Amino acid sequence: MAKRAILGLVTVGLVVTAAFASFYVVPMERTMGPIQRIFYFHAASAWAGMTAFAICFLGNLLYVWRRQQNWDWLGVSAAEVGLAFTTVVLITGPIWAHPVWGIWWTWDWRLTSTFVMWLLYISYLLLRTLIEEPDRRALLSALFGIFAFLDVPLVYFSIRWWRTQHPQPVVMGGPGAGLEPTMFKVFFFSVLAMHALMVLLLSERYRLEKLSVAVHDLQREAEA
Amino acid sequence: MALFSNTAVLLGKELRTEFRSRELLTTTVVFILTIVILFSFTFQPSGNESLRFGPGLLWLAILFAASLMLQPGFLREQNNDTLSALRLSVSDPFAIFLAKLVANTVFLLLTEMLLLPIFAVLFNVHILAVFPQLVLVFFLGSVGVAIPGTAFSAISAQARMRELLLPLLLLPLLTPVLIASTESTAGLLDAQPALQGKWLGFLAGFDVVFLTALWLFGEYLLEE
Repeated sequence: MAKRAILGLVTVGLVVTAAFASFYVVPMERTMGPIQRIFYFHAASAWAGMTAFAICFLGNLLYVWRRQQNWDWLGVSAAEVGLAFTTVVLITGPIWAHPVWGIWWTWDWRLTSTFVMWLLYISYLLLRTLIEEPDRRALLSALFGIFAFLDVPLVYFSIRWWRTQHPQPVVMGGPGAGLEPTMFKVFFFSVLAMHALMVLLLSERYRLEKLSVAVHDLQREAEA
Repeated sequence: MALFSNTAVLLGKELRTEFRSRELLTTTVVFILTIVILFSFTFQPSGNESLRFGPGLLWLAILFAASLMLQPGFLREQNNDTLSALRLSVSDPFAIFLAKLVANTVFLLLTEMLLLPIFAVLFNVHILAVFPQLVLVFFLGSVGVAIPGTAFSAISAQARMRELLLPLLLLPLLTPVLIASTESTAGLLDAQPALQGKWLGFLAGFDVVFLTALWLFGEYLLEE
């Protein structure tokens, strides 16, 4: 209980500090103005979402290997949390794009590949609702999750080669790419805060999955 | 080498089953033709327009058709209760996948080769001069569709709503195949035909990645 409360408080503190820093500490972006501040939220969510999907992949692999229920719980929790963050990215993206590019949506590579990834993980969760037997559901969805995660870089590069309108990668991009030092620091702080939030949601969702399985087992016992 | 002799025997079985009735092939050809005709009402199929939309439309129709035609692969075994017998008959379960995969690729390629001349006439494109290159593109694309398609048909056969589930799992995952196949087909049908080495390499890479994944994880898809 105390551990959960501490994790919760630290996360809230980090997120609030990151929000404060992105509004009051970083300098105003020259061409885009105040709307650019959504970047600290938008891109940091994208990174946290990707980490969550990587954790889901890890859970899937470990389930197939070890066949322990807890890896299945980790897989489904991480997929849901990753989807939540990716949904945030897909919503804040158009909010940012509209004033800057003049359009809500553009079929550029990063938006489109994020959208396809989002669809893949929606399919993962849908698949889970369509298989009754718990062990079979865990195994088959883990295998689909492995295939889906392998597909993510392929989707990314195919769409990137196909067309592009997004700015070139700013963080960890090629030569000439780069952020103003304060922006860089605040961005990494936001990434940290979003990851803390992701871990918090993940651990709570994991607990929920564990409890619901326990309730389900008790129900079955009572019926038998 | 037991893998290859097992695969050859199972492949013979798959092909015999299909060529006795030819149900799958005839229905798929008509299905793709219907989609292509219906799609052509959504734009003006004049010279330039059909070159711009034609290849993508053809590949989209193939993808839709594949997500339906790959369905019976494992469903038939499930319905006839032959899956356990099949599993017992081979030393390596990968042989089952390999046989179904080769059979599905053959079916897809046959359908495409039947449709290509009709497509060329309808959309007024010249295919004779680049026919060998087109066969290469269609081969790599069909393998790319068939690998995850065969794997996921084993998943969907064990779930509810399977007719809807297979397209849902398969189509987002095939985004890279759709892009790469469309681009390489468009390159060949262009006024100055060119073989798009980059996209062909990408297709081959996709095939290798998913074939390896199927080889590593395929056996778990068939667990009781």
